[in-house]
Amino acid sequence: MNEGTRHFIHQRVTAVLLALLGGWFVVSLLQIEGMTYLDVTRFIARPVNAALMSLLSLALSYHSHLGVQVVIEDYVHAQGLNRVSLIASKLAHIAVAIAALYAIWQIGSDV
Amino acid sequence: MTLSILHRISGVAMSVGLLVMAIWLVHAAAGPEDYQYFRIAMSTLFGRMLLIGWSFAFFLHLGNGIRHLVWDTGRGFEKTQANASAWFVLLFAVILTAAFWMLRL
Repeated sequence: MNEGTRHFIHQRVTAVLLALLGGWFVVSLLQIEGMTYLDVTRFIARPVNAALMSLLSLALSYHSHLGVQVVIEDYVHAQGLNRVSLIASKLAHIAVAIAALYAIWQIGSDV
Repeated sequence: MTLSILHRISGVAMSVGLLVMAIWLVHAAAGPEDYQYFRIAMSTLFGRMLLIGWSFAFFLHLGNGIRHLVWDTGRGFEKTQANASAWFVLLFAVILTAAFWMLRL
């Protein structure tokens, strides 16, 4: 598959996924507000919530990676800086996804 | 036209929001004390403004994202339609952001 086509499809698929998961997260935030620490961690630790939160972290990291990639390609013209920015953004997104997944897993095994 | 640049700005803003979401999860995993630090940071005026900004960015990006998905199906391209949907997305974002914060308080 052509690189542009792949980018287009992956962006759309994660977009649809994020419309649903993002909606779930926003509603969850309304519930979490005002909760004690213990209740928040219990909420995240529930299997369904932990799974949705992990999925959200993954889909969001990937969608964000694709979006920032387009922004860098469009606005950073110096070739060296362009390359470095693309790699830095990719690594940062991988790091954020791993940190989020690890934290969710930790919360799940603590409670 | 304006919405297209706002789509990018709200997207990049939420990339930073993603980082803060991960920081939130890490603090929740670290324990009650660390979680309290995060809470205090987010309840400052600056923190609140960031959260309000991200909520608006989310609803704007969601609304305009759906508009883009409709365009992908080949519909809504006419100038009057595109103009109407742009206003609709803006109104959608403002109303849902307001509703979200009213429900929180």
